[in-house]
Amino acid sequence: MPDVRFAPADLLVPTPYRVVERVRELDDVTTLRLEPRGGERTRVNPGQFNMLYAFGIGEAAISVSAAWETGRGLSHTIRDVGMVSHALSHMEEGAEVGLRGPFGSGWPLDRAEGRDIVIVAGGLGLAPLRPAIEAVLARRERYGRVTVLIGFRSPKDILFPRQIRDWRERPDVELHATVDHSAADWRGHVGVVPTLIQRTAFDPENCLAFVCGPEIMMRFSAQALLGAGVSPARIHLSMERNMKCAIGHCGRCQFGPHFVCKDGPVFPLELIAPILSVREI
Amino acid sequence: MSAVVSTMDQILGQHRFFADFPPDFAELIAGCARNTHYKPGEYLAHESDRADSFFILSKGKVALEVAVPGKSPVVIATLGAQDVVGVSWLVAPYCWLFDARVMEDMRGISIDAKCLRVKCDADHDLGYEMMKRLLPVLTQRLHATRMQILDVYGKS
Repeated sequence: MPDVRFAPADLLVPTPYRVVERVRELDDVTTLRLEPRGGERTRVNPGQFNMLYAFGIGEAAISVSAAWETGRGLSHTIRDVGMVSHALSHMEEGAEVGLRGPFGSGWPLDRAEGRDIVIVAGGLGLAPLRPAIEAVLARRERYGRVTVLIGFRSPKDILFPRQIRDWRERPDVELHATVDHSAADWRGHVGVVPTLIQRTAFDPENCLAFVCGPEIMMRFSAQALLGAGVSPARIHLSMERNMKCAIGHCGRCQFGPHFVCKDGPVFPLELIAPILSVREI
Repeated sequence: MSAVVSTMDQILGQHRFFADFPPDFAELIAGCARNTHYKPGEYLAHESDRADSFFILSKGKVALEVAVPGKSPVVIATLGAQDVVGVSWLVAPYCWLFDARVMEDMRGISIDAKCLRVKCDADHDLGYEMMKRLLPVLTQRLHATRMQILDVYGKS
């Protein structure tokens, strides 16, 4: 965690990075693989985010969707929803982007060692969870049962289908994917992702759950996990708020007494449960 | 006959829906139950059919879908092992609200709902026990449907 009082200059000044690959994942979702322009690579923990700067347009907080260790470079998966994300999504290979970070807390993978892991992802929420899944699978022997539950809007919205297939084929991973809406030609599961939780086997008293997706989906998933007997201390959610400074100065991402940028984005449910359903927070 | 009933008791008891079911009631249910098998593409029921049976799945996958004139049916949900297919049998006018199409070779238990309704009317304790087990299924599906309607993955 950066010390906000003495934040080093490189946390406030973007470092130039180059887009080395752009992958169109879905109609409105793009992954950019970045390499530093001459500088050193910065270690990123699964669940952390970077501030990406489209020069002349603006800056946005984007989750890291692949870390250096995976061999796919430092990747960020971006949904085209606003001016900055639109500019980032349309950057060509070779283009320059500013990067500040990494920021925030990551998924507590160390705490999960020796326990079952339940990963619940919804839509683009799979992006910040992908590095966690890959880190767990890279050290598979350190964990108990690994369950991955993924939900999407429809079959055409499935993100990272090749990786999902690879994970599903592993005998040491229980993976279920579902879509909310589908025509009859879809052979997979239809239903919202929280309903998958009761279908899976894990030890609720010795597991950690990582949840990321739209906030409503996370609330419903948290309820399902609580219903399965998982305590709030074992459920971790990755919250999303509009972030600007990323070091807890501007207050833009204040979430009750917390700043999502520096205290989160990953929070244990026990810390945020009282404010999770509060309006206008 | 008692050996068959005993076997069906055991099969029912292995299902989540009937977990810890009082033995007397399990025997009453078993009297209305039989093993069943459907192949992919077959239908357990069609919308508006009389809901005179419901199903407890042991294996396979069933799609609940709504026919759309001139278009492909829309799948509302898929159900699998340990799920209950059909709750309309308990509520008048006892008609199926969806088509239930088998997606993967399905094995399970079919329960004669007419038979069970009579038993529930005659023994309100049994009826209450069934209600206590079916209501969570209904609320969970209602909750899930609300989340589907919210379209949480859509662009905000």
